[in-house]
Amino acid sequence: MNILVCISCVPDTTSKINFTQNKKKLDEEGITFIINPYDEFCLTKAIFMKESSGANVTVISVGDSKSESVLRKALAIGADNAVRINADSDSSKSVANLIADYCSKNKFDIIFCGRESIDFNGGQVPGFIAAKLNLPFINSCVGLDYTDDKINAKREIDSGHEMCECSLPAVVAGQKGLVEEKDLKIPSMRGIMTARTKPLEILDPESTYNNNIEILELSKPSERSDCKIISEDNVGELVQLLHKEAKVI
Amino acid sequence: MNKQIGCSFLVEETNFNNVFIIEEFDKTSLQMIEATREFVKKEIEPNVHELENKNYELVKKIMKKAGEMGLLGLNIPEEYGGFGMGFNLSMFICGEMSCDSGSIATAYGAHTGIGTYPILYYGSEDIKKEFLPKIASGEWIACYNLTEPEAGSDANSGKTIAVLSNDKKSYEITGQKIWISNAGFSEVFIVFARIENDKNITGFVLKKSESNGVTLGEEEKKLGLSSSSTRQVFYDKTIVPSQQILGERNGGFKIAMNSLNVGRIKLCAATTAAAEKVLNISISYALQRKQFNTAIIDYGAIQEKFAHMATKTYASNAALYRAGNDIETKISELIKNGTEKTDAKLQSLLSYAVECAIMKVYGSEVIMYVSDQAIQIHGGMGYSADTLVEPAYRDARISRIYEGTNEINRMLIVEMTLKKAIKKELNIFKKIKEIRKRIPLTLLGINKKIVKSSLSKEKQIVVNIKDLTLLLLGLAAQKFKAKLVKEQELLLRIADLIIETYISESVLLKTEKLIKLNGKENCITQIKMLQNHLCESLNTIKQASQEIITTCSSGFEKKILFILLNKLSNSNDFKIKEIRREIALRLKNDGKYGFSI
Repeated sequence: MNILVCISCVPDTTSKINFTQNKKKLDEEGITFIINPYDEFCLTKAIFMKESSGANVTVISVGDSKSESVLRKALAIGADNAVRINADSDSSKSVANLIADYCSKNKFDIIFCGRESIDFNGGQVPGFIAAKLNLPFINSCVGLDYTDDKINAKREIDSGHEMCECSLPAVVAGQKGLVEEKDLKIPSMRGIMTARTKPLEILDPESTYNNNIEILELSKPSERSDCKIISEDNVGELVQLLHKEAKVI
Repeated sequence: MNKQIGCSFLVEETNFNNVFIIEEFDKTSLQMIEATREFVKKEIEPNVHELENKNYELVKKIMKKAGEMGLLGLNIPEEYGGFGMGFNLSMFICGEMSCDSGSIATAYGAHTGIGTYPILYYGSEDIKKEFLPKIASGEWIACYNLTEPEAGSDANSGKTIAVLSNDKKSYEITGQKIWISNAGFSEVFIVFARIENDKNITGFVLKKSESNGVTLGEEEKKLGLSSSSTRQVFYDKTIVPSQQILGERNGGFKIAMNSLNVGRIKLCAATTAAAEKVLNISISYALQRKQFNTAIIDYGAIQEKFAHMATKTYASNAALYRAGNDIETKISELIKNGTEKTDAKLQSLLSYAVECAIMKVYGSEVIMYVSDQAIQIHGGMGYSADTLVEPAYRDARISRIYEGTNEINRMLIVEMTLKKAIKKELNIFKKIKEIRKRIPLTLLGINKKIVKSSLSKEKQIVVNIKDLTLLLLGLAAQKFKAKLVKEQELLLRIADLIIETYISESVLLKTEKLIKLNGKENCITQIKMLQNHLCESLNTIKQASQEIITTCSSGFEKKILFILLNKLSNSNDFKIKEIRREIALRLKNDGKYGFSI
């Protein structure tokens, strides 16, 4: 089985977020980049599948050279080879098209993507890839069993869970539940040493895709004001504050 | 002529291009550091409070997991199941593993340092093949049995005996060892015992077996390191095959001392990382703790503390990785010249024994200072066991005691330096003569020419500190000659001068290198920390120098020396209050100590 895991390189969740002067991009100064946590669940699942049935795992990322460190980490965790498509990763549509182009030339049985990335939270890439490749798509996947030609998947829906079966190849957008947080792998020292000799291919895109979204301005959410504690004997004050300050009643 | 000789910092000027700073770790090293941090976050951080509950089993479990990750075999060569990592990288990882809990720090240090090195450096090929792969994987945990009830700092006076069997195939060891870290869950015991009336003890390695006369005392009740297993070990006619001698008969004291060199510098790696951690905890607290409607980080009295805590952490880091790199470079040089790998490591560590001792003393005093101030910043809350600074303070205390007390290490620093001078490994006495000749010029305010630097004022102070140190070392040696070693108080003061020289120069070199890498405009706080360090350093130097001058000189000479001291220890150019406030402001804005990697 050939598995592709799409990896987005995102700022560490503890990073202090700032923007460039024109407020159109993230200021990367002092930011540590990590594997998008949703993608990490998928990567771990792929490695488990490799360990149990000998699958070949490729990881792919669209972006500049900073994504190489997260790809190296994926290799150290157990992926067999890595590909970086040397292109801007700002637009979901462009990222999905570039990955789909790569998939149309390289055969994969399962294409894993995180359900969304934690930087822009677009949640569009896996769906776009499936559409472009005309493949079955399982979104918000929280459980997966497989045989050679089909997968049985559990996916999260508004009212609970849905069990579904689909043929391969397929695109699966994973999240927590596919594996648990405790299952996430830390690269071992030996894994890191071995990863140095695993292939990391850098490909220039063969096609360019127009970005149909223009970012006008990025801004931070307004800071929360201090919490006020009103005594239970003072309902009148509470009503006044809700009316005059919070303006919700 | 003194290239790649330990202690040469006293007589030579080092170019900043030749020092290593942690910002220079390569990508693979950074990946390993990151993986270690993830391990710590997952396996140690959630357990820091539980580690205060004498949970020895938890320490064992964490050590085994660290073994699976490959974190116990960093220094062990690949042919014995390890990774043969560079000295500085293994030190940095040791720091990361150690920064959250003294119990883990001690278990990790005892296993990977003194529990591994005697086998690696002195074991026969068969012993290495038998023990090292399992030590690297964590299948076997190791402990080091040297101290006895009557043999602490005087380690060679141990009463444990080893008796050779009639067929000469084995030894029978009998004796009592105390304060043995990891004893409760170790499989491998490195033990020192005296054979017949040998002058020195001999090192042995054995597998634990109760049926072979190895029994343990109860867990010790301690001030800190609550979950570090510390027990007595009793040997009752324990049989060890003759082949399991480490090194040669009568050579155990050498093993014990040489293993301590690594232990000392690695202890500093642990204390430096712990200082950074404690500092960060304190910054977070001071940012959110308000008194009189103001976050306490905005008060000058607190800012001053933060400035010193950050400066000391920065200084410890600068000197530690400078020393580590010198050791690493010397190893490579020796291997290039045909020395066998293990011998090269040993020789290099021996050469840099002064630096190892300096870092042990400095690092342990930094963590003591930082954890003490962390409690002060936390106020009453800092006295509560619910905080993370309370155990940090208790755990820190041992670092001034183990791996040789700071007093023993200070005296060693001076004794080893003088030995190098007497053996003419270093031109110390020639250098002292030169400085003495220049005294009239110095008194006239004519400074020695220094190599151009973007930090010329600071560099001049470092040159002055070095000259003063050498001058007063020479003065004491001249006054007391061979009897100097008996003048312990004086030795402690001279050691202070040597330590301040090394640390000050290291901070200067790191800052110069950072300026080269990142531009002066991006190193403003580092420059402030250098200036703050120099001011503090000069205070220590003034005090130590006064005592040395008063003890070793009189009359006109004394008068001249005091004038000279005033000239050379001047730091009036720095607006110290503002400097400290600026350092603290940077910590506040970053919300953390942002000068690590």
